[in-house]
Amino acid sequence: MKRGLSAFNLVSLVLGFAFLYLPILLLVVYSFNASQLVTVWGGFSTRWYASLMGNRLFLDAAWVTLRVAFLSATLATVLGTMAAMALVRHARFPGRTLFSGMVFAPLVMPEVITGLSLLLLFVAIGFDRGFWTVTVAHTTLTLCFVAVVVQSRLVSFDRSLEEAAQDLGCPPAKAFLLITLPVIWPAVAAGWMLAFTLSLDDLVIASFTSGPGATTLPMRIYSQVRLGVTPEINAISTIMIAVVAVGVIAAALFTRRQETRRRADERLAAQDV
Amino acid sequence: MASRALRVNWWKGAVIGVPYLWLLVLFLVPFAIVFKISLSETAIAQPPYLPVFDWTGVSALAGSLRQLGTQSYQFLAEDPLYLNAYLSSLQIAAVSTALTLLVAYPLAYAMSRAPGGLRPVLVMLTVLPFWTSFLIRVYAWIGILRNEGYLNQFLLWTGLVDTPLTIINTNTAVYVGIVYSYLPFMVLPIYASLERLDPRLLEAAGDLGCTPLGAFWRITFPLSLPGVLAGALLVFIPAVGEFVIPDLLGGSQTLMIGKTLWDEFFTNRDWPVASAVAVLLLLVLVVPIVLFQRIQARAA
Repeated sequence: MKRGLSAFNLVSLVLGFAFLYLPILLLVVYSFNASQLVTVWGGFSTRWYASLMGNRLFLDAAWVTLRVAFLSATLATVLGTMAAMALVRHARFPGRTLFSGMVFAPLVMPEVITGLSLLLLFVAIGFDRGFWTVTVAHTTLTLCFVAVVVQSRLVSFDRSLEEAAQDLGCPPAKAFLLITLPVIWPAVAAGWMLAFTLSLDDLVIASFTSGPGATTLPMRIYSQVRLGVTPEINAISTIMIAVVAVGVIAAALFTRRQETRRRADERLAAQDV
Repeated sequence: MASRALRVNWWKGAVIGVPYLWLLVLFLVPFAIVFKISLSETAIAQPPYLPVFDWTGVSALAGSLRQLGTQSYQFLAEDPLYLNAYLSSLQIAAVSTALTLLVAYPLAYAMSRAPGGLRPVLVMLTVLPFWTSFLIRVYAWIGILRNEGYLNQFLLWTGLVDTPLTIINTNTAVYVGIVYSYLPFMVLPIYASLERLDPRLLEAAGDLGCTPLGAFWRITFPLSLPGVLAGALLVFIPAVGEFVIPDLLGGSQTLMIGKTLWDEFFTNRDWPVASAVAVLLLLVLVVPIVLFQRIQARAA
């Protein structure tokens, strides 16, 4: 069977990717529109970026969002990696079924339910909503994504290395830090990236769990969008798209380099033997 | 060696215990609270429901438990709005899933037939939109689908229509939004199953006189079904509870349960009814979620 692209396949690819990218492209192009009317082209201008820079509401929200995303992604990476270790390394412990259920359920749970339930918890224990409640909520949601990413890497990890270190007297925590973590590192980094992006992006859970003074960027954009389409939203969207695109491409290149280096190391190690 | 066993146990306990406790307190207990509040009475109070659990003693706690009721559920059963919202959510999610499949299959198929070096790039191009903000991708469609939006401008310019089409604020706009937002979730599992397909099967079919279309229908398509099913569930489950897309692209006649829950909570401030809506939404989704877990477990 030939693997070449037939005309049909070529058309599918072109149409499919046009559908995926045209809306984003239009958004970016029109963020440089001089006209106040969003859908009428009035010449090239960066005025909406300038007006964005003077908009305290957006800047404050962006700052809150970045701090929440950084903290929650870091916490989620620690907890998610632990959860993945627990699931891969320990086939049996009391309540394992419940635990694996709780790790995977948030992946498919509708966000409105997760958001509502966390809010009701915070109200029930009388914890004031704000920066920390959003951070904790995002940690809970994203640790599951980290666990899935890290788990898939841990499964193929050769345990004998770590066991050898432990037989030689290395404490388990140290063996994890010195041997396992450097090997699974790309997956841990990818998990952090995923958690960070999911937190940046989240509207629904943040809306339920945040309080006064902790308005995140998606919440701000959402309330603005409900009032109507504005060129400023196009500008802020373009900035967010650019940041994410650069981040994802950099991460992809980084992981590929790591992977190549790891393979080279393994080849060298094999030759020594 | 006792100290070594102790150290291993300490490590094992921490690795299991810390995330376990976190999820127990922040995932499972909150659901219990939602369930409990769905059985409470609506009240004009802070927080707006009765009874609040009285933790001061066993008898006080038993007293608050006795006050639990099913008013919220009766309320949901009596007002046809809620039943319609559940049914309409299921319908919108089912139609969107079918449409997503129609768009995703040819794309995934073409990707799996692309030259080997190109395939990782195509996968990357499929995943990239997923990394850009969901809210912004939905927002982009407002600009396209509005009456004076890019699509209508284009259609008027080409002379295909004389008057602008009304797409925004209809269910059609919701379908477009869901297909667009969830497309990668459908493409990737289908691509994965097509990529694994052994090309020798198709060669054998060809040698035995099967036409390419016949070989597709008898071999390729059936073997891609696990991917299709996984993709369909990955689109269907979140689509049922979707809030952002129907809120921004749908109109007043678009009825979806996620939006109903949101309005019940934020607009009517009726926490017990919002909780009851959440409990029933979860019940509706139990079957597809369990089905999805089964498929994942079998694939692993």
